[in-house]
Amino acid sequence: MRLILRRAGFFLLTLWACLSLNFFLPRLMPGSPADRIISHLHGAVDQSTVRAIELSLGINNSQGIWSQYFTYLGHTATGNLGLSYSQGEPVSKVIAGALPWTLGLVGITTILAFILGTTIGAVAAWRRGSRFDSVMPPLFVFTTAIPFFWVGMVLILIFSVELGWLPGSGNVGQLTIPSFSASYIGDVLDHAILPSLTLLVTGIGGWVLTMRNNMVTTLTEDYVRMARAKGLSSVRVMTDYGARNAILPNLTGFAMSLGFVVSGAILVEYVFNYQGVGYYLLNAVGYDDYPLMQGLFLIITMAVLIAILLSDVATAILDPRTRTAG
Amino acid sequence: MAIPVTTGAGAGIPETGGELTAAGPRRRTALRRFTQAIRTNRKATIGVALMAIFIFVSLFPGLLAHQSPTAFSSKITAAPSAAHWLGTDNIGADIYAQVIDGTRNVMILAITVGGLTTAFAMVIGVAAAYLGGVWDGVLNFVTDVLLVIPIFPLLVIVASLFPSAGNDELILVLSFTGWSYTARQLRSQAQSMRSRDFLLAARVRGERSIYVIIVEIIPTMTSLLLASFLNNALYAVLAGSGLQFIGLGKSNNVSWGTTLYWANQNAAWTTGRYLWFIVPGLCIALLGVAFAFINYAFDEIGNPALRPLSAAKARKAAEASTRRRLASHGARAS
Repeated sequence: MRLILRRAGFFLLTLWACLSLNFFLPRLMPGSPADRIISHLHGAVDQSTVRAIELSLGINNSQGIWSQYFTYLGHTATGNLGLSYSQGEPVSKVIAGALPWTLGLVGITTILAFILGTTIGAVAAWRRGSRFDSVMPPLFVFTTAIPFFWVGMVLILIFSVELGWLPGSGNVGQLTIPSFSASYIGDVLDHAILPSLTLLVTGIGGWVLTMRNNMVTTLTEDYVRMARAKGLSSVRVMTDYGARNAILPNLTGFAMSLGFVVSGAILVEYVFNYQGVGYYLLNAVGYDDYPLMQGLFLIITMAVLIAILLSDVATAILDPRTRTAG
Repeated sequence: MAIPVTTGAGAGIPETGGELTAAGPRRRTALRRFTQAIRTNRKATIGVALMAIFIFVSLFPGLLAHQSPTAFSSKITAAPSAAHWLGTDNIGADIYAQVIDGTRNVMILAITVGGLTTAFAMVIGVAAAYLGGVWDGVLNFVTDVLLVIPIFPLLVIVASLFPSAGNDELILVLSFTGWSYTARQLRSQAQSMRSRDFLLAARVRGERSIYVIIVEIIPTMTSLLLASFLNNALYAVLAGSGLQFIGLGKSNNVSWGTTLYWANQNAAWTTGRYLWFIVPGLCIALLGVAFAFINYAFDEIGNPALRPLSAAKARKAAEASTRRRLASHGARAS
């Protein structure tokens, strides 16, 4: 419990570091953010418009930089993320619209990749030296090295352009009206298949390889030999004695891999025009829409931190040693 | 931030320091072991062969492609032909020349970022472990923050602030953000050695910290450093190409990611220009595979437990170890 509390404290500090990055990065660059936005409006801007844009960005030249900083922190803490001018909506509203799509796509795919990858890795290690084990690891070394976006493009080419089986763009059909009907849900799923397949193909390899390597080491332990000597069934030895212990480093690895998953999600959303958090982030970059960029970066960081905290809790539950160490 | 492919490669085989006189012959056997590994380990063979091809292409692009990768021409998005093996892009430039000439930029990116991140990580990780106290606390906090912050969105935002970023800016940004995972590994490796006798001896001799770190600690980490270099180079290839693909950085940079960006912008798959994006993407994948395979092979060499065995050999090895155990138990019992 103390361990979890300490981690939560660390994450609050991390969040503060992120907010500071958010605030200072655009200001460190030559030229004010307002100037960049105005350059998108093709001249013809009067003084009051400039003032309004500066205000919406929280730039107040009569205030010192530190008081601007604290105003920004205060606004963020109260959930006021400013106005996204490229979408013409409050940032929080854009995020609320985009987040469920990304969470659904990335969340489900990551959990699937974890379960499938860990299982394949465990089986490969259990049947070490078999044909399964000689084919699987090199195959997955290959898949971890392929760029996400390229897999997406190839899948679109095969399943969408050539075969015409699945849609290759968007998160729902353009003419579909949101409703709680089977056809709407089916349409959403149709659009999610190719993006999630892309994330699965490139994301699963890491789990397979780490799990196989952990499992190979675990299987040489005396307690595994003991379990075999007791005459337990081999499935039981594999799962309860081997995999149960080999999975612990993988849970820690889960936290490490999230950054990888996030980068994949951004690229995949871009390729598939899937209107989630990553899609809007790149959109915001295209328009120099700083409030939206900052808000999205904040929400992505928070999601990653919460996921890491959850994996810490899972490790603490599965591994009694971490509980006493804290 | 690296992709969790390896299990802390080679950690746990610190060679003993201090045998300075034996360094010559030992290095020679290490070299022989290395060349033998390339010949016998199939993954290492494939990885090294691919890498050799890419290095050759990046050194002598002029031998393979004679056209300019950026020259305008009237033949826009032409289909592959004898003059243009992969066709031409939206300004009429030869795509084959872009792939060949782009190799050098990608290789420079991979090798420099791999080297720089490993060097940063080494300085920060070892300093944290060796200096301890407040230094350890501060450096560790920075490392941990960088480790959990999602780097790619941060890179996207930073890259958007440099609208004219070329290869050099990309290298700097990737290097400054990519060292944290390696630093964490090196720190724990260095920490595990803090109380070792040969370091104690050096301190008693009155050596300065900087001498102890460079001469005594760092040489014991060679295998881990090498693994980190390969992992970070792979990271650089994927992250760098990803940024170029979404159109961040200079759009006339000759690079695989940039070629893919233009292929995507012109919806190459709807017009049937498949080779426009298949070839550069495949090049990224193959270069990535070269780094990953070499790394994986080193992992197997460094950690005998992971070496591939035939089933018969595995069974025999298990029996032998059981017999040894029984024998030693017997000896203890009597």
